[in-house]
Amino acid sequence: MSDTHEHSIAFVRTTEIAQQPAPLNAAGPVKWMRDNLFATWANALLTVAAAYVLFLLISSTLPWIWGGLWTTSSLSECREILQGQSAACFSVLTERWNQLLFGFKYPAEFYWRPTVALVLMFFALAPVLFFDLPRKLLIITALFPFAAYWLIWGGTIWTPLFAMLGFVVGYFVYARYVSNNFALGFFGGVAAAIVTWYLSGFIVSAIAPSQPLLAAVPSRDLGGFMLNLMLGLTCVSLSIPLGIALALGRQSSMPLIKWVCVIFIEFIRGVPLITLLFVASVMLAYFFPPEATVDLFLRVVIMITMFSAAYIAEVIRGGLAALPKGQYEAADSLGLDYAQAMRLIILPQALKISIPGIVNIAVGLFKDTTLVSVISMFDLVGMIRGPILASTDWNGVYWELLGFAAVLFFIVCYGISQYSQWLERRLATDHR
Amino acid sequence: MSTLSDPPEGSFRLSMLLNDTRYRSLTLQAVAAIALALALYYLYSNLAANLRAAGLNISFSFLGSSAGYDINQTLIDYNSQSSNFKAAIVGILNTLLVAILACITATILGVFAGVLRLSNNWLVRKLMAGYVEIFRNIPVLIWIIIIFTILTAVMPGARAYLGEEPERGLIGGIFAFTNRGVYMPAPFFTNGFGGGEGSGLNWLMLIAVLVASFFGARAVTQSANRKQEATGVRPNTLLINLAIWLLPLVIFSLIFGLSWDMPDPLANRFNLQGGIQIGAPLIALWFALSIYTGAFIAENVRAGIQAVSNGQTEAAAALGLRPNRVMSLVVLPQALRVIIPPLISQYLNITKNSSLAIAVGYADITATLGGITLNQTGRAIECVLLLMLFYLVISLSISAVMNVYNNSMKLKER
Repeated sequence: MSDTHEHSIAFVRTTEIAQQPAPLNAAGPVKWMRDNLFATWANALLTVAAAYVLFLLISSTLPWIWGGLWTTSSLSECREILQGQSAACFSVLTERWNQLLFGFKYPAEFYWRPTVALVLMFFALAPVLFFDLPRKLLIITALFPFAAYWLIWGGTIWTPLFAMLGFVVGYFVYARYVSNNFALGFFGGVAAAIVTWYLSGFIVSAIAPSQPLLAAVPSRDLGGFMLNLMLGLTCVSLSIPLGIALALGRQSSMPLIKWVCVIFIEFIRGVPLITLLFVASVMLAYFFPPEATVDLFLRVVIMITMFSAAYIAEVIRGGLAALPKGQYEAADSLGLDYAQAMRLIILPQALKISIPGIVNIAVGLFKDTTLVSVISMFDLVGMIRGPILASTDWNGVYWELLGFAAVLFFIVCYGISQYSQWLERRLATDHR
Repeated sequence: MSTLSDPPEGSFRLSMLLNDTRYRSLTLQAVAAIALALALYYLYSNLAANLRAAGLNISFSFLGSSAGYDINQTLIDYNSQSSNFKAAIVGILNTLLVAILACITATILGVFAGVLRLSNNWLVRKLMAGYVEIFRNIPVLIWIIIIFTILTAVMPGARAYLGEEPERGLIGGIFAFTNRGVYMPAPFFTNGFGGGEGSGLNWLMLIAVLVASFFGARAVTQSANRKQEATGVRPNTLLINLAIWLLPLVIFSLIFGLSWDMPDPLANRFNLQGGIQIGAPLIALWFALSIYTGAFIAENVRAGIQAVSNGQTEAAAALGLRPNRVMSLVVLPQALRVIIPPLISQYLNITKNSSLAIAVGYADITATLGGITLNQTGRAIECVLLLMLFYLVISLSISAVMNVYNNSMKLKER
C-alpha cells in the first residue's frame, strides 16, 4: 500500500506530530466558564442576575460585619461611636455571652459545670457517632448522663450514683436470665432496677449531706443555648428506644397492641409540637398525683420525647418494611423466637436503613427545641426576645442577636446533616 | 401443619397460656389491656383529684360566653362581644388562610429553586444550594422572628404616608407598605342582587361565574383535543379561552358596579383608612413559612426529577420530541409521582407550623383558642383538647386525600 502512496501522493508523513495543547477556548477555565456560566444567552443572563444578587448580598452585609464594634457596653454607646455609619454592634454578644449560653439565672460561679459537661458530651458522642473508635470508649458514653446530670443540676452525688446502680442491677438480672428467656430477663431487669431505685430513694435522703460538693441548681434556672442542647440530646436519646418499641408494636400481630401504637403515633403526628408544649405547661400537671411537683423541664422533656418518638417510629417502620420478607422467614426457619429474630436479624438491618431518617428527625427536633420559648422557657431564642432585647442597654439590637442564633443553629444542624451523609456513604455496603 | 396444631381434647393446661404460641398472644394482650386500663384509671383518678382540689370541672360552656377581646385581622364579622366560639372560628379561618397562602408560595418557590438546582449554570446551582442549606438548617421560629423584625423595624410608619404632602407617596398610587402591614385597594360591588347595596351574595355569584368559565374552557380544550386526534391539526384555542375567562367577568363587574376602596392618606391624621390591610404578622408568617418550606420542597422536587432515569429522556428525544415536550409529556408526569407525596406532607407541616403565629401575634387558632381564651377563662384542658382536635381533623383529612391520590397514581401492574 505504501508504495502506491509514494507514487500517487506528493507527501506522506511518516512520523507522528507532537501533541499540541488544546485550543485556549476548549480547555481550562475558559472552557469551564463557557460550559458552566455562559452556555447560552439565557444562561449568561441568569449568571449575570445571580452574580448581581450575590454582589448585593455581600456588599450590604460584609462592611456591616467588618465594621462591627465588639467592646462597647450599650447600644447608645455603639451609636455614638458609629455616628450614623451602618455597622454591627456585636458588643451585645460579648457582653451577654454567658446569658446567651447559660440563661440569665444560672449562677455565674458555676458556669464551668455545664462547660465541662459540654466537653464530656463530645467524648461521649464520639464512640457512638464514629464506630472506628475503640469500643472501650463507650464506657464514657454510659457514664455521661449521670455525670452531666450531676454537673448541671448539682446536689448530692448519691442521686446519680444510685440511679446508675439501678441500671447496673437491672443489667445483671437481665444478663443472668436472658439465656433462659428474653421476656423473663428483660422484665426481671426492669423490675430489679425499679426496686433498686425505690429503695435508694430512702437511702439517698438519709445519707445526703446538707452541704453537697456541688451546690444544687433548680431546673427553672437553666436557659440559653445550653437548654436547647440539653432538650435536643435528652429527647433524641430517650425517643430512639421508645420509637423502636412503637414501630415494633405497630407491626405486631396482636390487634390490641397494634391499635394502641397506631393511635398514639397518628395522634402525636397529627398535632403541632406547640400544642404538646401547651399540654406540658398547662395540662400535664393535672395528670400527676396531687402531691407530686414535676418541674416544667421534666414535663417538656416528656412531651418532646413522645413527639419525636412517634416520628422516629415511622422512620423505623419504613426500615422494617424495606427489609425483604425472606429475612423474616429465614429467622423463623432457624427456629428463633420473636425476641431473638428481632434482636439478631431484623433490627440490626432495619436500624441501619433508618439511620439517615433518624438523623433528619434529630435535626428537626433540635430546631424545634426553640419552640419552648413560646411557653416562657428562656432558651436561646427566649433569652434574645425576653431579657436581652427588653433591657434598656440593648433594646433594638435585632440583627446581631438573631444572626448569632441563626449561625449557631446552622453550624450544629449543617454539621449533623453532613455527618448523616458521610454515614450513609460509609454504611452503603450493597454494591449498586 | 394444621393436624399437628390442633390440640387433643381436654389437654389444656394453664402453663400453655405462656408456653404455647397459640395462646400466648391472647395472654399478652390481656396483660397489656389490664396494664393500659390501670394506667388510664391512674391518670383519670389523678385528674379527678386535682380538679376537685382546684374546684374546677370539665365544661365547654365557656365557648358560648362573650370573648371580650379584639382581633385585628378577621375574615368574618367579629367584635369583642362575640362568643369564644366565634373567636375560635376566626382563628380557624386565619390558620387556614395563612396555610393556604403559604402552601401556594412555598410550592412556587420550591419548584423554582428545585429546578434551578439542576441547572447547568454553576453559579445558579451553587446559589440555590446555598438557599436550601441556609433555610433548612435554621429553625423556622427564628425565620419568622427575623422577617417580622424586618417588617416592623425597617418599614416606615403609617404616618409617613399621611397628609397633603407625605414623605412617601403610595406605591403606584394604591399600595402602602408600613410597619403595621400592607395597605391595598379593596374591591366591592355597588349594586346588590335585585337592587340595594352589594353583599356577600355578589361574591358567591362571582365564584359561580368563575366555575362556569372553568368548565367552559375545559370543554373547548377537550373539543380541540378531539379535533387533533381526528385530523392531526390542533385549532388555536387561545383567543376563545381568553374570551371565556374574561368576558363574563367584565360583564359581571359592569352589571354590579365593581369598584375599589382605596387606602386614603387624607381621611385620618393617625392612620391610613380604607382598603384592605394585610397585617405585618400575617405577612411575616406567610413569608417565613414559604421560604422555609420552599427549601424543603426544592429538595423534594430535585429528588423527584433525578428519580426519572436518564433513559426516559433519551428515549423521548429519540422519538423526536422537543426538549420542552420531553419535560411536559415524559419527565414531569413520572417525577410528579415521586414529588407529590412528600409535597403533601410539607403542606401538612406548613399547617402545623402555622401555629407559631403566636410568636408574632397573628390571631390563628393557637393564639385565640389556645392563647387568649385559655388565659382568660382558665379552661386549659378543654382549650388544649379542642385545639388538638382541630389540628388532628386537618391532618387526618389531608392524609386521607393523600391516600386517595397515592392509590390513583400507583403504577398499574399485573
